[in-house]
Amino acid sequence: MVLSALGTMLTVTVGFSSVDDDLYREIILDHYRNPRRKRAVEPADMTVEAANPLCGDEVTLTLRVKDGTVEDVGFTGRGCSISQASASMMCEEVAGRSREQAAALGHRFKDMLTAGAEPSDDLGDLEALQGVRQYPVRIKCAVLPWNALLRGLEGTAGDDDQETHVHE
Amino acid sequence: MSATVDAARTAQSHGTPPLDVARIRGDFPILSRTVAGRPLVYLDSAATSQKPLAVLDAVDHYYRTSNANVHRGVHTLGNEATDAFEQARERVARFVDAPDASGVVFLRNTTEALNLVASSYARELLLPGDRVVLSEMEHHSNLVPWQLAAERRDLELAFIPVLDDGTLDMDRARELIAAGPTRLVSLAHQSNVLGTVNPIREIARMAHDNGALLCVDAAQSVPHMPVSVRDLDCDFLAFSGHKMCGPMGIGVLWARPELLERMPPFLGGGSMILRVELQRSSWNTVPHKFEAGTPDVASAAGLAAACDYLDAIGLDRIHAHEVSLAEHMVSMLDELGGITVYGPRDRAAHGGAVSFNVADVHPHDVGTIVDREGVAVRAGHHCCQPLMHRLDVAATARASVYLYTTHEEVDALGAALAEVKRVFGV
Repeated sequence: MVLSALGTMLTVTVGFSSVDDDLYREIILDHYRNPRRKRAVEPADMTVEAANPLCGDEVTLTLRVKDGTVEDVGFTGRGCSISQASASMMCEEVAGRSREQAAALGHRFKDMLTAGAEPSDDLGDLEALQGVRQYPVRIKCAVLPWNALLRGLEGTAGDDDQETHVHE
Repeated sequence: MSATVDAARTAQSHGTPPLDVARIRGDFPILSRTVAGRPLVYLDSAATSQKPLAVLDAVDHYYRTSNANVHRGVHTLGNEATDAFEQARERVARFVDAPDASGVVFLRNTTEALNLVASSYARELLLPGDRVVLSEMEHHSNLVPWQLAAERRDLELAFIPVLDDGTLDMDRARELIAAGPTRLVSLAHQSNVLGTVNPIREIARMAHDNGALLCVDAAQSVPHMPVSVRDLDCDFLAFSGHKMCGPMGIGVLWARPELLERMPPFLGGGSMILRVELQRSSWNTVPHKFEAGTPDVASAAGLAAACDYLDAIGLDRIHAHEVSLAEHMVSMLDELGGITVYGPRDRAAHGGAVSFNVADVHPHDVGTIVDREGVAVRAGHHCCQPLMHRLDVAATARASVYLYTTHEEVDALGAALAEVKRVFGV
């Protein structure tokens, strides 16, 4: 319970108001409730599954890459609001970028969360996930779809206790 | 309970005056902690319990005054350490109403104890084609060791289904235990997810009538209710010190001594031998045959102190307190609305772990938001992935109570869950 005095009025509040919630920001909840690009891409030339077996977050990415550009990308999955919102935001940002740009974005995003790097200014809605840094246990959730993306684009391994499988 | 149960426990089982929880909480230093500026509301005792000063002092006292290696010392300190260790063994035997201490093996935890049975009994003494009966609600520690033994010994594993109300399908249990080559049944006494207390005495009868032994995973029962190995009539009983106000790093396998005699060693090395030559060795008497290397004497001393602490309060009173809290929690969750509660509704017959989901909000999100209010619950599959599959969920949140939990804390969980509902608009 938080007691705060507003002039002569005493209010007792539980929790954070949506305006100052550093994790469950409106944009994140919006992506969770109304995910963008939540469908399997057809035809796809790459399918990547990623899961956090410890907690049950799952994301399956499908991509179609043409002439070095991510022509279409989508995801399916279930899990916590952070993992699913991150997947939705990622697909929105990655669609239409070149492979290299998409992978670079992935590394920048991961660095922001795991290495304390300053957020770059091309993150779009992803910038809202900065708040996850204050919740270290949830960083895994936010990077799950990105590990899948990087696995698919570069063949780089994800974190040790995440399972990622690439089907081409 | 058998007539040899010590007087303190008998006196307290007549009538159950309510616990003085405020006084009990004063014994637990960690409970005055704050989290995120709020009082800690610790609802994760099923994962590990908090420790009273008496236990902390016992561990500290051992290292300050009596620390030495055990069993082979000729000097005074070595004798004191050995006495502390063997007295802890006797104390634990009394705690579970075992006839004597020769059936009490000290190990690291319940997981190690169950691995010992799976390895030294099932893998070594059962025959290919023999069946081990488990259930769908088992913790991975009462599942994986049997999978390992089954693979190596070509055993068959069969599973008693869980009914929709969270109890075992006893008709199916009877069929599985009676039919075919069932030689061992291994079950949880109390589910760490559902709080379900299983009818172990009835299962023991079924098992013994059919020439099978019964192993009990008592990790969630020994801390929370009076448990008597004679009353249950089990052949093996495993539990952990850290879930019953004792230190981490100490666990117990109780087994009928005649079984321990027949079983080959688990780990080999110092202490568990009698004579050692280059090519062969002979084994120490039971239970020492199963205790290789230097034990955690300090934690054994801490566990003995935990037995004293809990018995002085009374396990039946603790259980009654938990039932009252669980009933309050279930009705609080029902009142909040939109919350799915798993496990039996009739909490009077069951235990103090309550698993639930808030609409379709992921348990991780539930856990994070209530943590911001200082409330500690567990979110995930609780080391019971098959049970999660049976419940058709990926994960649940779980709140678990103990002797130091208050009704106000249950209300605090309610307020925190109202916040979850607000954030997610459910």
